[in-house]
Amino acid sequence: MTEINGAVDKSSGKLHRWIEPIWGYVFISPWLLGLFVLTVGPMSQSFYLSLTEYNLLELPTYIGFDNYKEIFTDDADFWKSLQVTLTYVVLSVPLKLFFALMVALLLFQAIRGMSVFRAIFYLPSLIGGSVAISAIWRNLFGMDGFLNKIGGLFGLQGIDWINTPGTSLYTLVMLAVWQFGSSMVIFLAGLKQIPRDLYESASVDGASKFRSFFSVTLPMLTPIILFNLVMQIIGSFQMFTQAFIVTQGGPINSTLVYALYLYQKAFAYFNMGYASALAWILLSVIAVFTVIVFWSSKKWVHYET
Amino acid sequence: MNRNLTLRYLFLILCSIVMIYPVFWLVGNALKSNEEIPKSNLIPTTLHWENFANGWTAIPGFTFAHFFYNSFFIVVLSVFGTLISSAFVAFGFARLNFPLKKMWFAIMMVTLMLPTQVTLVPQYILFTYFDWVGTTLPLIVPHFLAVSPFFVFLMVQFIRGIPKDLDESAKIDGCSTLGIAFKIVLPLCTPAFITTAIFSFIWTWDDFLGQMIYLTDTAKYTVPLALRLFLDNTSAVTWGPMYAMSLLSVIPCFIIFIVAQKYFVEGISTTGIKG
Repeated sequence: MTEINGAVDKSSGKLHRWIEPIWGYVFISPWLLGLFVLTVGPMSQSFYLSLTEYNLLELPTYIGFDNYKEIFTDDADFWKSLQVTLTYVVLSVPLKLFFALMVALLLFQAIRGMSVFRAIFYLPSLIGGSVAISAIWRNLFGMDGFLNKIGGLFGLQGIDWINTPGTSLYTLVMLAVWQFGSSMVIFLAGLKQIPRDLYESASVDGASKFRSFFSVTLPMLTPIILFNLVMQIIGSFQMFTQAFIVTQGGPINSTLVYALYLYQKAFAYFNMGYASALAWILLSVIAVFTVIVFWSSKKWVHYET
Repeated sequence: MNRNLTLRYLFLILCSIVMIYPVFWLVGNALKSNEEIPKSNLIPTTLHWENFANGWTAIPGFTFAHFFYNSFFIVVLSVFGTLISSAFVAFGFARLNFPLKKMWFAIMMVTLMLPTQVTLVPQYILFTYFDWVGTTLPLIVPHFLAVSPFFVFLMVQFIRGIPKDLDESAKIDGCSTLGIAFKIVLPLCTPAFITTAIFSFIWTWDDFLGQMIYLTDTAKYTVPLALRLFLDNTSAVTWGPMYAMSLLSVIPCFIIFIVAQKYFVEGISTTGIKG
């Protein structure tokens, strides 16, 4: 690149030396503007607000770290929502990735009709975040729902999955696992990039299919597993619509996910300072999880040399 | 070998049935009478097509045509904004050299991991200050500022895959930076554009939280918000029509996906997420 710039500079003078940086900034300017107006500005304001009491109507009153103190020492709902969210993330993310990988492997091998199956398995992810699906979920897992009908065939006593505190969160986990489509598509793309000759040399060496999965496929996919893992963890911590529509956080807060609790504080009680403090705690929790995953990835992600 | 293949197909078909069972359920419920819905049989005994007509007009004052129009208005402008701004920014990052480029790119990748909740409250306050709450502006304008770094990243990776010789020979022929961007590089990005368009269409169509916070007037309601009006007053009268409208609400995403399906995996492959 620099060589070519040098060549161009000879014919058109020094113009290109400084004009390219200007064009560079012109091209990224929409994002830069967005960064400062919609991200950096709001984030610093959010941090300030987390140290205040603010209800939108009066000016914010500075109260120091009182919001944080109250959250950690005197807010049972906060601890409940954190626990609910962690349970949700820890259950749904690995299950989702497991199914995504298994189905991707199946689809990668079956050639004919692949695009039809791909569409079918992607469909839930396509519509999964919609109000429509959340409404169906209430019906599927309700007292007279599908699950209880199946159970009934085996003589099992039905329970109201969504309205029982012990099971309601699992219906949301199932809803999340059902939407493994986007991870699956990313796995499929990753499988396509594994060089065929690796499998050939593995089979020449007498490796079984099972063996070549663990010695070739899985190690080669680890960067993609890492990518999917990080994206799913971040996304799952922020789950909102499903809990809002299917269970409204109930029964007795058993599905009060963090984003829903934060929403209530901000937009039902207009407790903006408190909600900002909650948001910063969420950011810290996600950051800790992400750092742990990246740190551990040094031990299990295989990079080509 | 053959038996193996048959088994594989059987397994796939079985999985497919489990996967789309809830969707069949949705179709079935959309055609059932109110008395039949709680019985939770899959296939309706009699088909109640009038659910669609009743649902269409069920919310007083507006038909669903109005809500669909509102949704499309927001989605089309958002997708358009996302496409232009992401392409513009991506070209800058992928093809031009400027001071601090690496730093800005790293910052962009970090914002990819930022939870929306951290900016949600202050953005709401900002838009209150602009007097934009209650209008569609907070849902549209940010998309013109490349607000989803995911799409910029996707396009940067795609543009990096286009041979640089192309721009260099154009440069020697006297083509300007703008010319290189708009005549040479961006026209080759169609697959990345299509992937971005599908994703941003679906995400904006289903963006329930944003629409709920900013749209306060029923006249401005989108399809998801209108559906929630149904859910909120779940009197026995509205079940069948509610499912009928729910079914209609997922159709646009489904059509977009089917039409552009073949670009999907290819588009994602180009993000080069592999290491």
